[in-house]
Amino acid sequence: MSMISIKNVSKWYGDFQVLTDCTTDVKKGEVVVVCGPSGSGKSTLIKTVNALEPFQKGDIIVDGTSVGDAKTDLPKLRSRVGMVFQHFELFPHLSITENLTIAQERVLGRSKDEAMQKGLHYLDRVGLKAHAHKFPGQLSGGQQQRVAIARALAMDPIAMLFDEPTSALDPEMVNEVLDVMVELAQEGMTMMCVTHEMGFARKVAHRVIFMDRGCIVEDCAKEEFFGNIDARSERARQFLSKILQH
Amino acid sequence: MNYNWDWNVFFKSTGIGSEIYLDWFVSGLGWTIAVALVAWIVALIIGSVLGVMRTLPNKLLSGIATAYVELFRNVPLLVQLFIWYFMVPDYLPESTQVWFKQELNPATSAYISVVVCLALFTAARVCEQVRTGIQALPKGQSAAALAVGFTLPQMYRHVLLPQAFRIIIPPLTSEFLNIFKNSSVASLIGLMELLAQTKQTAEFTANMFEAFTLATLIYFVLNMSLMTFMSWVEKKVRIPGMMGGAK
Repeated sequence: MSMISIKNVSKWYGDFQVLTDCTTDVKKGEVVVVCGPSGSGKSTLIKTVNALEPFQKGDIIVDGTSVGDAKTDLPKLRSRVGMVFQHFELFPHLSITENLTIAQERVLGRSKDEAMQKGLHYLDRVGLKAHAHKFPGQLSGGQQQRVAIARALAMDPIAMLFDEPTSALDPEMVNEVLDVMVELAQEGMTMMCVTHEMGFARKVAHRVIFMDRGCIVEDCAKEEFFGNIDARSERARQFLSKILQH
Repeated sequence: MNYNWDWNVFFKSTGIGSEIYLDWFVSGLGWTIAVALVAWIVALIIGSVLGVMRTLPNKLLSGIATAYVELFRNVPLLVQLFIWYFMVPDYLPESTQVWFKQELNPATSAYISVVVCLALFTAARVCEQVRTGIQALPKGQSAAALAVGFTLPQMYRHVLLPQAFRIIIPPLTSEFLNIFKNSSVASLIGLMELLAQTKQTAEFTANMFEAFTLATLIYFVLNMSLMTFMSWVEKKVRIPGMMGGAK
């Protein structure tokens, strides 16, 4: 069953085309890693899935709902898809618990107690229960990102989008975030991850998408992507040789 | 300079009942506060709405707010006051006109004019500060707010405005002080606020220097207290772990 279905999506900023005829599919329980050089449109593509970035052509279907349809209730659609950002984007003026509960209460209409219980459950899962009363500014980058993941999970999402979740982290903190993501993948969460962490891709991804200049250049199973490098496009081989060297 | 300072002048009788000149200053200060505080509250509300409008994706709404700001901050305050006091009443419906010009106590009609004028003038400035406060926030904040499913109003209410207002407390403070200082224009349409009472005392007693010294002192102490109050507010709402807040 297809959870996220991207069909011939094109997007322009004025005259400049940032996405060209992108088509792909993420099945329920599938983990798809999107990689590619900077400026290739990976982040833009993932943000079109929950309509944070509008697109001019094509359509995206998320669990049966069309993102491009003007009649779609976008807040409702977004509340069902979790998103984790490069710069965490916790709400700095709210405590960790408030960060975890505010959308549950205001968007899903859960009671204070229910939201708190759920929030603390996921905070515990990312190993940060002891920090519940703190504010985002008092946590390290890695801790903030784990809270951000817990915030998204507390909404009981049908899929999770990760937009370079480890790119803004100190090297030491990358693993604590990846560990949480690996666990999530192994539990069967549907995930679309823009990342350069090829170790993560090898470990849990089912498929790898490679993008360049707004186009999906490669879209194949992980084993094929990493195992049969000779069959990859020139651009993808170049990219892989640069990031796999070290 | 040959001038005989006489600080006792404030305790001399004005010749009206048991009133002394100091009473005039107290009453003047009362009007100044009544004008500035009410105008400030209205300015804060209208300015915030306009500031939000300027950041909306809707071109019409942001255009209206921009036009408002340009109109109100490019015309001198005094010109605006004269328009509100001398011109606008003439364009009111007949019955309202009679009420405003004849039935209302002259002090009250002057008060209404000056409050409307100061509120709308200051709203343009508050608008710009609210707008810059919102625009100073990282773009990712609105993306994150939308991503958790907030509607546009919820995004402003729960995510953008609470942060924006904290950022703009310092410029808002100076706007808050400005409205108290600007309220002195009311003296030109006959409202007996602090400056008008000062001028009147100066004329009645010929102790001009004492009168203006006292007025200066009152304005100074008033504004210093407001500033102290606002820095207390700023500390009170400071976010732990941010912008030099307590760890």
